[in-house]
Amino acid sequence: MDTSQSCFHCGLEIKKSDLIVFDSKNFCCKGCQTVYEIFSTNDLGCYYDFENSPGATPLDIAGKYDFLDNEKILEKLLEFHEDNIAVVSLTIPHIHCSSCIWILENLQRLESGISTSMVNFNEKTVRITYNSDAVELKKIVNLLSAIGYEPYISLENYETGVKTEDRSLTYKLGVAFFCFGNIMLLSFPEYFEANEFWIDQYKGFFRWLIFALALPTFFYSASGYYISAYKSIRSGMLNIDIPIALGIIVMFVRSTVDIIMGHGQGFFDSLSGLIFFMLLGKMFQIKTYNFLSFERDFKSYFPIAVTKLADGIEESVPIYDIVKGDRLLIRNQELIPVDGILLSSEATLDYSFVTGEANAIVKNSGDKVFAGGKQIGQLIEMQVLESVSQSYLTQLWSNDVFQKKVNQHFKTITDQISHYFTPILLLIAFAGFGYWIFFDVNTAFNVFTAVLIVACPCALALTAPFTFGNILRILGKKKIYLKNALVIEQLAKVDTLVFDKTGTITTTEKSTVHYHGIPLSETQECLVKNSLRASNHPLSRMLYAEMPDVDFLKMDSFEEFVGKGIEAHFEGNKITLGSPSFVHANQPQVLAETSIHIAINGLYLGKFVFKNAYREGLSQLFKSLSQKYELHILSGDNDGERAFLEEFLPVDTNLVFNQKPEQKLSYINDLQEKGKNVMMVGDGLNDAGALAQSNVGISISENVNVFSPACDAILDASEFQNISSFLQLSKKAIRTIKMSFTLSLLYNIVGLGFAITGNLLPLVAAIIMPLSTVTIVSFVTIMSTIYAKKLHLK
Amino acid sequence: MSVIYLLISVSIVVAIFFFIAFIMAVRKGQYDDDYTPSVRMLFDDELKTKPKQIKTTPEKQV
Repeated sequence: MDTSQSCFHCGLEIKKSDLIVFDSKNFCCKGCQTVYEIFSTNDLGCYYDFENSPGATPLDIAGKYDFLDNEKILEKLLEFHEDNIAVVSLTIPHIHCSSCIWILENLQRLESGISTSMVNFNEKTVRITYNSDAVELKKIVNLLSAIGYEPYISLENYETGVKTEDRSLTYKLGVAFFCFGNIMLLSFPEYFEANEFWIDQYKGFFRWLIFALALPTFFYSASGYYISAYKSIRSGMLNIDIPIALGIIVMFVRSTVDIIMGHGQGFFDSLSGLIFFMLLGKMFQIKTYNFLSFERDFKSYFPIAVTKLADGIEESVPIYDIVKGDRLLIRNQELIPVDGILLSSEATLDYSFVTGEANAIVKNSGDKVFAGGKQIGQLIEMQVLESVSQSYLTQLWSNDVFQKKVNQHFKTITDQISHYFTPILLLIAFAGFGYWIFFDVNTAFNVFTAVLIVACPCALALTAPFTFGNILRILGKKKIYLKNALVIEQLAKVDTLVFDKTGTITTTEKSTVHYHGIPLSETQECLVKNSLRASNHPLSRMLYAEMPDVDFLKMDSFEEFVGKGIEAHFEGNKITLGSPSFVHANQPQVLAETSIHIAINGLYLGKFVFKNAYREGLSQLFKSLSQKYELHILSGDNDGERAFLEEFLPVDTNLVFNQKPEQKLSYINDLQEKGKNVMMVGDGLNDAGALAQSNVGISISENVNVFSPACDAILDASEFQNISSFLQLSKKAIRTIKMSFTLSLLYNIVGLGFAITGNLLPLVAAIIMPLSTVTIVSFVTIMSTIYAKKLHLK
Repeated sequence: MSVIYLLISVSIVVAIFFFIAFIMAVRKGQYDDDYTPSVRMLFDDELKTKPKQIKTTPEKQV
């Protein structure tokens, strides 16, 4: 793309007809130019220095934020408000680069009432402290919108107060690391067992200091393992935390006894190291995408307030205050928050948010309108029938099946292994104890504890977190954001894939037209556009709208051939437009491509190609998936495209049309009852139930910053064709874990060899433990990276 | 009283001092946002130099 043709502010390609040159820079529209003017007159032109074309086109928001005048709503939104100092946190989806940070942290240059503003890039929020006497929140929000940083304010903001972050893992890790480091240093002298005078002299001091340092690790840092082990015993499942907790406790008790009895220094060094490494694994596994949320409900989509008409006066009210009988005004692009009756003569409602059906529905005066519809067109008036909590959509959400089940009884691969591991471990420990008891009671206890210590499945417990943590990061780079590591395991188990149609396998972007062939001269373009003017064919209308404005030409004759094309004559020039055979082009008709071919005076010039509404690589993706998975397409639309899809997709793809949200959900449920592991790929709220019901729900999004329904993973639409690779990688991850399990079991066997013969010295334990950790961690990291490379995901 | 008691105690106290500093940093939220500060520290006082820049380099790369 020629750089001079992209907008200086927003970077979009400029259509010739819209080009605005201002201050010797090109802009695509008046909006972008205005933002540039605001910045340059306020000496904020540096905005464009950090990043090329960082901006967004400001949208028309007149009246949209009038509800911010309402005191009650205002108080709910503010984080802090006392005297004239107010603090507010606003979510701004557009935040994406250093220019954004810079401009948003220099807001006080544009509005003197703002004292400071701080951006949190990961969460895409800006925290603004302002003087509430000097400036209103509404003015700030309007200012942000005017410079292309429109905040997203939804009903969700109305309820959440100040969020408290859970930092306990960071504290635990910090404590463990502090203790581990100091204990290691203090243990060092005794490793060498030299009977030197000074070591003997200070043994007691060193040992008790170590003991004191081990206490916080044992009681605080490791507390999560005891709780988890206790819970798993109660629920009758043997998870990996049981042998871990057992190992830790035995290690602590035996070491304490050793110190008190003067046997030795104990295993406090290994103990704290083990806890530290396991917490590190936990930390590594948690990769959170702060700017995404996987648990959204209708509240993130609903407006916070709506315009109420009372005695002819317009007033913004919080939507929870709407009662039956109120009269509401709904503007263009606003969402209807409650069920009601239409009072205006006509409304055009887009219910794609609820049903997935893309076509807008026309309602007439007196018709019932449901919450969730978006008004397109002029302002409408409606009377409320149900309050928010009573409306159909909110009722649907409150329905239990629509909530993603939190407590899925999913057995992780680690738990499966530990199901066998724990009993075998106890068996060996008791066998060793039973053997030695005939020789020496003291050794028997030593062997018993040593077995539990050395077999503490530290490496085993580290395998999964580090593998999944690494895979999570690799996938995150490829723009598929998983909720947590468990999703990878579930992905590997999937055998049935269900796709939504609209918005999932098709794009939501408007189709665009590209020209291929001999470049058209201006006169030729003029002729083509004039010929198109006469035609009523949808493609002609679309192409006509896309082409630049030209002079009007008088047409001599015009003829339209149904299903073939059009022929027009202008002052001796013959223009033919249509299918390749009609214009006598020696061009094959490309399947699944919509195009208009052009010939002027019998000379073939080229074709206009309409970008296919289906996603790129869809056919290949389905072909590769159909070999391993059962494929289904569920659509809320009618079956108008059945014939096309049947031709386009593998034969064994199941196509189901006219599905309501509840039907989609039960369809998934039926598949699961047949024993299938289902992955659902969907986009809108209409898929929310199906996404929640499926084993893995993936929400696909053109822009991951806008909001998607509750799901397990969010996939950026541009990576759609990689779904097959993602699934393969999840399988490879499981294989990596299995290999690593074998490796760590080998370590355990070597360790057990020492333990069972009664030769486990603290030094040996202190060497085996970190050695196995390092090998396992590097092994799984290298393996998963190699697999990702093989699948071209890195 | 040997000097080793003193030395070890001092070293532990110093370590604890840093440990407390770490806890305070976490509590203040310094570990919550690990990206924005890295960008913020690279901003100079662009605002002051700005008027001069506009005259000398009116043409910016697009």
